[in-house]
Amino acid sequence: MSLTELLTFFLILAGAVFFLAGTVGLLRFPDVFTRLHALTKADNVGLGLVVAGLALQAESWAATGKILLIWLLVLLASASVAHLVARTALRKGIRPWKR
Amino acid sequence: MSMQVLYSAVALFLLLTLVAGLWRVLRGPTPADRMLAAQLFGTTAVASLLLLAEAFGRPHLRDVALVFALLAAVTAVAFVMRTWTVWEDDDVAD
Repeated sequence: MSLTELLTFFLILAGAVFFLAGTVGLLRFPDVFTRLHALTKADNVGLGLVVAGLALQAESWAATGKILLIWLLVLLASASVAHLVARTALRKGIRPWKR
Repeated sequence: MSMQVLYSAVALFLLLTLVAGLWRVLRGPTPADRMLAAQLFGTTAVASLLLLAEAFGRPHLRDVALVFALLAAVTAVAFVMRTWTVWEDDDVAD
């Protein structure tokens, strides 16, 4: 196993851990705001790590660029969606969770 | 070869976390909580499609991942704008 393959291996495994954290957060957190926090942060870090791992293995520079662009699109989209959903939830009178 | 096993195994694992996320669709309680599962589908499906593209040497799956990313964004925005927003006068103003 070469050095880049080893790096890909660890990046993808780390990404999987973040995805697991995101899903656990979605299932366990108490309200819509905290769930948004778990989803849009943890999952995008997970996707970023998986993308970084795969970009090392891509067959051409064009493929690497495409994978990175997909990640950027997802980042942009989920950041906007997180703010939209959170703002709408606040306006509809859903109170953020307090201990 | 071992890398292919890693890609497939992680893709399968991501699909399993998706299935676990469906529990939130069942429980709710608000429509936004259910919609968050669609957001989960966006990121997780993109990751597993990219992994499968690499595992089986099918670069076209990356285009599918791109479409998933676009659709997830459009779905969530449409949900917030059309079905979950109560239009009031001050809502339209800003």
